[in-house]
Amino acid sequence: MAHQDEIALMAHLMRRAGFGATRENLEAYVAKGYEATVEELLNPEAQEPVDRYELLRYHPWSWKPGTIQGTGHATWLYHMVNTKAPLQEKMAVFWHGIFATGVSKVDHWDEIQDMVDMLRDKGMGSYKRILMEIAQNPAMIYWLDNNENHADAPNENWGRELLELFSMGVGNYTEEDVFECSRAFTGWTIMPKLPRFPMGRFDWEFEYRDDDHDEDEKSFLGYTGNFNGEDIIDIICQQPATARFIARHLYNFFVSDEAQVPAWQRVAPGDPEAIQTIADAFVESEYDMRSVLRTLFNSDFFKEARFTRIKSPVEVVVSTLRFVGGHEFPAPGIGNLGRQMGYMGQEVLNPPSVEGWHTGREWINSGSLMRRINFVADLVGDTSLPGVQSIVSRLREGGNLSAAEFVDTCLDLMGPLDLDAATRQELIDHAEIDGNLKWDTDKDAEFTTMRISEMLQLVVSLRDYQYA
Amino acid sequence: MTTAQKDPVVVVVQLSGGNDYLNTVIPYNNEIYYDNRPTVGIPQEQVLHLDDEVGLHPQMGAVRDLYNQGNVAIVHGVGYENSPRSHFRSMDIWHTCEPDDVGTEGWLGKVIREIDPNKENVVTGVSFGPSMFRAMAVPGVPVACVEDLNNYGLMPGIDAEEQRQKILNRFSRLYGQAIGRGPVMEFLGQTGLDALQGADILKVAPERYSSSVEYADTTLAKKLKGIAQVHLAGLGTRVFYCDHGSFDSHAGQPNMLAGLWSDLSAAINDFFDDLRARDASDNVVMLLFSEFGRRTHDNGSGTDHGAAGAVLVIGDNVNGGQYGDYPSLRPEDLQQGDVVPSVDFRSVYSTLVEDWMKMDSRSIIGGEFEKLGFISNGN
Repeated sequence: MAHQDEIALMAHLMRRAGFGATRENLEAYVAKGYEATVEELLNPEAQEPVDRYELLRYHPWSWKPGTIQGTGHATWLYHMVNTKAPLQEKMAVFWHGIFATGVSKVDHWDEIQDMVDMLRDKGMGSYKRILMEIAQNPAMIYWLDNNENHADAPNENWGRELLELFSMGVGNYTEEDVFECSRAFTGWTIMPKLPRFPMGRFDWEFEYRDDDHDEDEKSFLGYTGNFNGEDIIDIICQQPATARFIARHLYNFFVSDEAQVPAWQRVAPGDPEAIQTIADAFVESEYDMRSVLRTLFNSDFFKEARFTRIKSPVEVVVSTLRFVGGHEFPAPGIGNLGRQMGYMGQEVLNPPSVEGWHTGREWINSGSLMRRINFVADLVGDTSLPGVQSIVSRLREGGNLSAAEFVDTCLDLMGPLDLDAATRQELIDHAEIDGNLKWDTDKDAEFTTMRISEMLQLVVSLRDYQYA
Repeated sequence: MTTAQKDPVVVVVQLSGGNDYLNTVIPYNNEIYYDNRPTVGIPQEQVLHLDDEVGLHPQMGAVRDLYNQGNVAIVHGVGYENSPRSHFRSMDIWHTCEPDDVGTEGWLGKVIREIDPNKENVVTGVSFGPSMFRAMAVPGVPVACVEDLNNYGLMPGIDAEEQRQKILNRFSRLYGQAIGRGPVMEFLGQTGLDALQGADILKVAPERYSSSVEYADTTLAKKLKGIAQVHLAGLGTRVFYCDHGSFDSHAGQPNMLAGLWSDLSAAINDFFDDLRARDASDNVVMLLFSEFGRRTHDNGSGTDHGAAGAVLVIGDNVNGGQYGDYPSLRPEDLQQGDVVPSVDFRSVYSTLVEDWMKMDSRSIIGGEFEKLGFISNGN
């Protein structure tokens, strides 16, 4: 059935370019068409932004939390659950994984949240512009110690990571380049550096200090001149290594699980042609991320790559909350929900290091797998939630479904998920213990609802469900 | 007390972020040290002297006491050639023993596989923390990855125990199916089954535990307490892992390092007290390492990424003392501003694997490396 294929493709697009979608939304997107939906995702400006004041009204602590633990996660979760521009939010997550900055050191939630706001705002624009913003971002400056990078005493932390992790990758520059790059960014610092007490943290601002900038000539990647930071970023963007590096990141994030960053120097991409296509779009559009994403989502390699990525913890938590519904309102408990991603191994605003998170199968170990299953099973097992109720009523419309029909309908509504025969049979065996669904009496309906809840819990505990 | 009947156990504490060797084991009698450390140098009178040349960071009192009891081996100048000075890459090298290639198998994962090739005990290796360390990761080798020992299990949200059991049985059948859909699918299946079984075994550990030792309320102390609980429960766990940090002290180093070592030193002390009170310390050796040391010259408020570091090995059966020579701080001996490693980290591993775990280290470490004599029953 053509329509079913379209639903499956649209579900794939929304899992990747967003945080999944309810069946009602998928049907609406299919009516609109694939390319038109991609365009809608690429133009977040057309959507009403998330109302931050709504969150503030009920949770005033979310305003400039300073050093208060955990509130930043909740604020970002609120955005991710409520956004009408899911790709914009997803790109903020993408960049956060690359420009990985953590409160563990910055110790100032406001500044990291400001960085995320910047990534949300600029993340679909020019990569060069994003790099400039990042280079002048107070949280980043503090995180990589550029405030300690002085004309007479260069600190190469920022200079090195800019080349190794934010643009080109190891093997494409020398130690000398790292040093010269660091010199070019001397004097890029933050103000004010006032003490934390008695009035709490002050907002930081970027400040360029001419008197602390190294004015001598620098040699960087074969170019020589009295470079400042802007010049360095300009040179970096022109490097073919940068286009490939960003392409591999995009591929790993949106298309299929790849080898991890430290292996890129030695391990070739799984699909070199796809990487080339993305890298070409990056160069041709002069680093315009929106153009690159348009190429990516409309390509066959993307459309064919279904269920080839292990969901990140952010995807697990946010897609589940959006799917079951009932968590849009800034309800009590949002603080605890915000921490769940961290429990599964991805504490947003606090990556383990500047290298961000290892992804793919490295999300999975016996502890994190348990966390994922437990979190999702608790929610889909709660038949009071609107998204679960919607599944119950769709099943009810089907009447006294057989065990096989019951299982197939659940798999369809939870994905659609395409299982191998043995796994599907196992679920059918489970459903057959209690026979066809029965709705005749209130007691029947109650028992059947309980069975549905149990079946949904089994479905989300499947290995297949760990993939996006 | 005899050690003959107890299997050797190794506890690894990873100091993530690059611990500053020079301010941990301080060459306080060396003028070049003070010349290089105008900001973060630790004054002679604050150093906890071990001998006429070196001493420990002022917050390492408990470690100094253990050293004086002969239970701490300090290995100087540990590292490997051509240090990349990248956290990620260097940690990978320490985890996989593959300095020239990207390794997929962690050295401790291989140790676990060697101990338990038929996967008879899924808690042979237990990792404490939210995510697993690559050192423990070998495809197909189970490792229990525990964050909170008290609430560890699958679908605890289902109240009706009978219904929960019904689902868990089905889960175990679903995860046990070989469906030939590639290595990641197989990996997920095995991980799910191991998780199920590991949870069943580990739940007894907090139940069986009682102790008079009051651990501090720090993240690290909680991890070491968890390790003590599992070890004392006698579940056959041979390899424990946890981390502490971040030691990435580019700026504000003095306070940062003091806090980290204060927590660490106290937690190590409580951990060994706890084990000793139950006659369970003599088969435990603890290894502390970091992915690299830090630059010799400070940068005005901290230190940048360096090369050689120090490794500490602690335990009743450790031959206390210092191994290897303190690397030269003379400018002409430095490489890119860093002290040069004189002991390969794989020498430390091979000593532990051969002399402590009583296993052949070559396939685990990837070659033969000169052993150090820091295990007392190893000769």
